[in-house]
Amino acid sequence: MPEKKIRVLIAKPGLDGHDRGAKIIARSLRDAGMEVIYTGLRQTPEMIASAALQEDVDVVGLSILSGAHNTLCPRLMGLLREKGMNDVTVLIGGIIPEADIPALKQAGIAEVFLPGTPTQAIVDFIRQRTAATAQ
Amino acid sequence: MGSKLTGKPSDKPESAQPSERQATAAEREWQERALRPALEKSPERMREFTTVSGYPIRRLYTPADLAGWDPGRDLGLPGEAPYTRGIHPTMYRGRLWTMRQFAGFGTAEDTNRRFRYLLAEGQTGLSVAFDLPTLMGYDSDHPLSEGEVGKCGVAVSSLADMEALFEGIPLGDVTTSMTINSPAAPIWAMYLAVAEKQGADWKKISGTLQNDILKEYIAQKEYIYPPEPSMRLVVDTIEFSAKHTPRFNPISISGYHIREAGSTAIQELAFTLRDGIEYAEWTLRRGLAFDDFAPRLSFFFNAHNDFFEEIAKYRAARRLWYRAACERFGAKQARSQAMRFHAQTAGCSLTAQQPGNNVVRTAIQAMAAVLGGAQSLHTNSLDEAWALPTQEAATIALRTQQIIAHETGVTNTADPLGGSYFLETLTNEAERGARDYIEKIDAMGGMIPAIERGYPQREIADAAYQYQVAVDRKEKIIVGVNEYVTEEKPIELLQIDDSIARRQAERLRELRANRSNDEVARRLAGLRRAAEGSENMMPHLYEAVKAYATLGDICETLRTVFGTHHEAAIT
Repeated sequence: MPEKKIRVLIAKPGLDGHDRGAKIIARSLRDAGMEVIYTGLRQTPEMIASAALQEDVDVVGLSILSGAHNTLCPRLMGLLREKGMNDVTVLIGGIIPEADIPALKQAGIAEVFLPGTPTQAIVDFIRQRTAATAQ
Repeated sequence: MGSKLTGKPSDKPESAQPSERQATAAEREWQERALRPALEKSPERMREFTTVSGYPIRRLYTPADLAGWDPGRDLGLPGEAPYTRGIHPTMYRGRLWTMRQFAGFGTAEDTNRRFRYLLAEGQTGLSVAFDLPTLMGYDSDHPLSEGEVGKCGVAVSSLADMEALFEGIPLGDVTTSMTINSPAAPIWAMYLAVAEKQGADWKKISGTLQNDILKEYIAQKEYIYPPEPSMRLVVDTIEFSAKHTPRFNPISISGYHIREAGSTAIQELAFTLRDGIEYAEWTLRRGLAFDDFAPRLSFFFNAHNDFFEEIAKYRAARRLWYRAACERFGAKQARSQAMRFHAQTAGCSLTAQQPGNNVVRTAIQAMAAVLGGAQSLHTNSLDEAWALPTQEAATIALRTQQIIAHETGVTNTADPLGGSYFLETLTNEAERGARDYIEKIDAMGGMIPAIERGYPQREIADAAYQYQVAVDRKEKIIVGVNEYVTEEKPIELLQIDDSIARRQAERLRELRANRSNDEVARRLAGLRRAAEGSENMMPHLYEAVKAYATLGDICETLRTVFGTHHEAAIT
């Protein structure tokens, strides 16, 4: 029986249009055999949470470079919990000051990937994490 | 070892490959006599050497690479056609480039203080970074602005903010660049209103609006309206400027963001030049003569890591524009044929790891821009892979330019590298590669049809992905990231807190309470009628901003007439 593919939503919240990172990650995860849905630009936390539910994803990857992470991420986490999506793994990639990371993790973000992260490190993290939650 | 002098064929577009040539008799003898024994003794470090764009570089360049190259026709002299060697006869012996550091954060007052500091430290021109809500035409108190106010730039929601931004800075004496695109016309109207209030003569004020909507659809993605009405707004500003502000550049045709999105150097060059052609064609259709607006078209390029590739790119850009101006548009004046450009060092090359190394990267990139003949330059700060720069980091970035200008000697002569076999060959190849792309886009019917079918977007996404793969495989080394990694401590960063959003919201409430809302409604109705018709919208925008209609009021009015643009995401 073929193994079920890991489903990932790559989302770009906020007003920022810098989508180089989001697109590269979407393509890298797809190359690694995952099912990837890319939301496109300017998604509100509400739109992302709905898409995550509708697409029944295992992982939500947020690309944020604008400094809006402290506002957008806790709101998304609240919405996911409201929708009963407690198992979904939420990751952030982008420009995030290290001082902000503890609060983001407290809010339920599983990991923050900073500039310079090899794409393989993200693939490995997702595989380990989804294998752990599947058990 | 074969006698072919090119790299291996690859899956890259044809235009990204150098042409092949046979080795000359002298080169074959040298290969036998000197090269073969040297390679037998110790092979080269890599099988293929490529630029940061993945462009193959040969072992050696000789006069044979320049067969068919005519220095009279292709190189010329400084200040003369085809401007390969620069647009001024004396280049930096006469006047240095403008040191123009892009700055903006928080409220208008915060940024005004940074501007005054930078001017006091010897900066010679201003450059405004606006926050994301402003770039997208939303007021600071719009729900979509939450979390974004003052973060990536300064928040400007109305003329009141613009007045505070330039408080105590005489607009008749400084030149100001404004990085604003979709809402460029209303923001420029605010700037013109401040100039008028200060008593500055519109005929004498000088500066640059970025106002390049095509590269937004291609790369930067801060668009509001669909392409056609957006292009109409751009042409409105070009036309208005030609009449009223003869020293202002109404557009800065930008490759910078195309490169930041991951393009190669040749793609940056090609798409930027083709954008320039597109703006010229639209403005001609409005009824202006090329020589009446072309002298005020300005360009903006990236200054990336690969030193010679970048210098070649700038030299090729000038030659391409000269040839396009003459061949396509019949330009008669020298000022319509000579490309002026701003350069900014590559933000995407900065590393979060070992941030001090970014000073070195930025210095080398800035040196390439200077050797390439830039008219103005921004140097990035060492901390920008983390946040907007601190004042200390911004000062080092400015000092980097001052050191290049005053200590290195590269400013002592025009086009110091002109005549190098390597550089002239790269310049020729960059020109040819860009021409191939430009012809492809011509065949698609111009840049807008090309954008609609996702052509430049896909080319850039492919190049960005290939680069990431090369970095992941360590085929490209980034110091401190995939090699020479060390443990580090966090650095001090500029913090923008959310009290700025509350202050902006309060200010907007006061503004709406104190302005004449009847007058605002009247002016917005006038703007709406103009937008529905075909007249130039600038005079209506000017009246609206003077009545303190907010940026959000204005952009919402235009949204209702023009609609909004949505792209099909390409991954």
